[in-house]
Amino acid sequence: MPLDEIKIGGMGASRRRVEDNRFIRGKGNYVDDIVLPDMLHMEILRSPVAHARIKSIDVSKAWDTPGVRLVLTGEMMAARNLAWMPTLSYDTQAVLATDKVRFQGQEVCAVIADDPYIAKDACAKIVVEYEILPAIVNPLQAADPASVLIRDDKENQPGNKVFDWEIGDKAGTDKAFAAADKISKIELHYPRTHPSPLECCGSIADYDRATGKLTVYMTSQAPHIVRAAVALVAELPEHQIRIVSPDIGGGFGNKVPIYPGYVISILASILTEKPVKWIEDKTGNLISTGFGRDVYLKGELALRKDGRILGVRMNTVSDHGAFFSDAQPSKFKIGLMHSAFACYDIPVAHMMSTGYYTNKAPGGVAYRCSFRVTEAMFFQERMVQAAADDLGMDQAEFRRINFVKDDEFPHRTAFGFLTDSGQYGKCLDIGLEAIGYKNFAKEKAEAASRGRLLGIGISTMTEPLGAGNSREYDILGIKMFDSAELRVHMSGKALLRTGAKSQGQGHETTWAQIVTHELGIPAEDIVVEEGDTDTAPFGMGTYASRSTPVAGAAVAMVARKIRAKARKIAAHLLEVSEEDIEWELGRFYVRSNQDRGVTIQECAMAAYSNMPDGMEPGLENNAYYDPPNLTWPFACYIAKVEIDPETGVWDVLQFVAVDDCGVRINPMIVEGQIMGGLTEAYAMANMQYITYDEEGNCIGANYMDFLLPTAWETPGFELYEVVTPCPHHPIGAKGVGECATVGGPAAFVNAVMDALKDKGVRNIDMPLMPNRVYEALTTGNDVYGMPPVRVGN
Amino acid sequence: MTSLYEEISTPPAGDVPVRRVTINVNGQARTVDVEPRLLLAHLIRQGLKLTGTHTGCDTTNCGACTVLFDGRPIKSCTMFAVQADGHKVETVESLASASELHPIQEGFKEKHGLQCGFCTPGMMMAAKALLERNLNPTEDEIRWAISGNLCRCTGYQNIVKAILWAAEKMRAESK
Repeated sequence: MPLDEIKIGGMGASRRRVEDNRFIRGKGNYVDDIVLPDMLHMEILRSPVAHARIKSIDVSKAWDTPGVRLVLTGEMMAARNLAWMPTLSYDTQAVLATDKVRFQGQEVCAVIADDPYIAKDACAKIVVEYEILPAIVNPLQAADPASVLIRDDKENQPGNKVFDWEIGDKAGTDKAFAAADKISKIELHYPRTHPSPLECCGSIADYDRATGKLTVYMTSQAPHIVRAAVALVAELPEHQIRIVSPDIGGGFGNKVPIYPGYVISILASILTEKPVKWIEDKTGNLISTGFGRDVYLKGELALRKDGRILGVRMNTVSDHGAFFSDAQPSKFKIGLMHSAFACYDIPVAHMMSTGYYTNKAPGGVAYRCSFRVTEAMFFQERMVQAAADDLGMDQAEFRRINFVKDDEFPHRTAFGFLTDSGQYGKCLDIGLEAIGYKNFAKEKAEAASRGRLLGIGISTMTEPLGAGNSREYDILGIKMFDSAELRVHMSGKALLRTGAKSQGQGHETTWAQIVTHELGIPAEDIVVEEGDTDTAPFGMGTYASRSTPVAGAAVAMVARKIRAKARKIAAHLLEVSEEDIEWELGRFYVRSNQDRGVTIQECAMAAYSNMPDGMEPGLENNAYYDPPNLTWPFACYIAKVEIDPETGVWDVLQFVAVDDCGVRINPMIVEGQIMGGLTEAYAMANMQYITYDEEGNCIGANYMDFLLPTAWETPGFELYEVVTPCPHHPIGAKGVGECATVGGPAAFVNAVMDALKDKGVRNIDMPLMPNRVYEALTTGNDVYGMPPVRVGN
Repeated sequence: MTSLYEEISTPPAGDVPVRRVTINVNGQARTVDVEPRLLLAHLIRQGLKLTGTHTGCDTTNCGACTVLFDGRPIKSCTMFAVQADGHKVETVESLASASELHPIQEGFKEKHGLQCGFCTPGMMMAAKALLERNLNPTEDEIRWAISGNLCRCTGYQNIVKAILWAAEKMRAESK
């Protein structure tokens, strides 16, 4: 009897997670749990001000503190050519400040001591004299020629502009707008926010002078990139660098970049010849590490009166903070912003983008997002709703008539992407049915009779996941492929290693399921390892929902290589030619006699004990996978909200999510990803943002100001699925982790705006806090969220 | 900073004041010399090497450091170790016996109530405190009881299901 794939934990099984066995026992192994003999502890002194010239630094009292082993300043880093480091966006970033501080929270000094409390004490004894400069907290101020120059360290940097960039067909777009029956416009700010994993960043650097080996345990979503960067930048020999990412307490993009703290801990270990542990606190994480978004978006749609979109114009102005250290692998300055409108059939589009330095934290990251896709889809869906309203059309119908149809794939978008599959209309239908769209008018009237405002908000989008293909995506020149290495032991048990790195996505569970699908080895017989550069094959890590599209594909490919070798062994064991045998899950058999067969486990044993003459022994292989294209999942999210007009508070009455992420490896884990992503979407729409006052003080520097939803506020989510397999992925899967965070915010905001449609309000910037909604309700005006904010009275 | 009384350790540097405290941790009395300013979370993690208790935010917001203090859930990052002198502390390491998981642990695995695992120990201890006083909680009661514990991965829906699952199993076992 053939094996039951679900029973042995293959594709489609909601297999319970392997990694849970340690996490539920409190036996996870996070960086801060690791203790090495004679380990020292590092604390960073950060700038209290946003922009200032450093006049002097006096570290003598810190040095005098008993238990202090080393105090590092920018000057000492400079002496070793380490005061500045290159960024992933080909700019430079200060490791420890030398000339100026350029944002609040910038690293100024580091103290290394026997104990973290002593290190903190000593930091407090360092005296830094600052000459305060004006702080720039938005691109408008940055663009003013009279403004202070932030990056006076750079040659040929006359102003605060980072880049100008454009894409699309300007002349064609102008023509489309000239021919339009109606032009619909919108302008908004996607506020700065922070991925804020519960676990902050940290590292333990351990340099062994005797062997020359540097081992760094760190919170990295991409350990191989760190090894490459340390080898290329610090010129340490690559074979003597070992980066280990142990368990990671959430990443969401925050743990992709290489932060000054990591670099300082490495130097500190080299200088002290002891392991040095650095564990960031929450404020340090929120005010200095990779933020997300902070983009001003405006644009317009050229519309025909029957509802067809004829053209798109977009304009983005992005705030990059003090150093251009966007962690993104594309060749496009503003990431994948031009994936906007990919699910709609639009003939022509044009986008212009400008980026500015400000006195804010550097390092835009793809916060649960394939760089800037979140902003793109939010703008797209806000724009689409506004256009439907301007035309007086039903918002669902407007989307439907502009969708790329099921039989129009592959489809080249107006900005040049190639989408390959989807059933957009079907997803929308399921969503509308589930939310009770037909009855909404009645519900709204009923609520109005109670004095409440009801709104329904739709967000439909397809987005590019799984960077990349090597033609267009690289980091520091290294192409965005990924890898897997599979070793089948003689008993048929297996060890799989990949170049990805789970931070909660459940790779130890799902990667085994792919091998089970390909080889029929029960999932419980396969152990998965990641994160140690000494053992894992070279890969580009986990972010931008790339693990399943790229590393997951590599897992399938390496399993197929193993199967190909096993087939030769099977032919040898069965004494028939290779052409005469067939494969079914877990077993080869003779075509003419199905009862004569050998299992994959028998083949594995034979690979070590009875291989055919001339065959290399063993059963292991590796695969490096360079995807031909990105994957294009589709999602339809619909929110129904009720506003209390007396307070501006809004509640989510119902939320429906229809996700098409292709073939689902482990449905339970996919649904977990979607619910988690929707919660972050809800957070951004409702409460979670970082802003600045006019002196450049970060508002959102701890969990009392930077609000995250608890179980009490978070609404319930109803999930539905459609499966359109990805045509180019070996197992038909698409990325999914970020979809809900990318597409979700517009559903919430559109719902609130729908409820306010009769009040003449066109936009409220996120987060839609009650005071903003109340202001819009009572004044009928739009509410914008550009910093600086006024604090207190 | 911390030295277990039974350990041989170098004396604290400088004029560091030290207090001797005895705390019942997971059913075992531990006597420890600590600086009065030492946080309970740090004693648990570094001194007692029970690293299942995590520290996330340092400001009593995230709840990753939740332990039971005389049976009540508290955030150990905002309590000094000396305040625990003579009291009873339970951490995540106390949940499972040598052979058996606690129903809450089983529930979290069964209902996919965790992803990165960082909030999980604190979340489970908050759940334990709830189920010890109410073995038949409603969804709202569960959401309220864990509202001091943040999770960035799951969206809570499966955590609520996990606790309902555990409650049902515990009710069945108590019959």
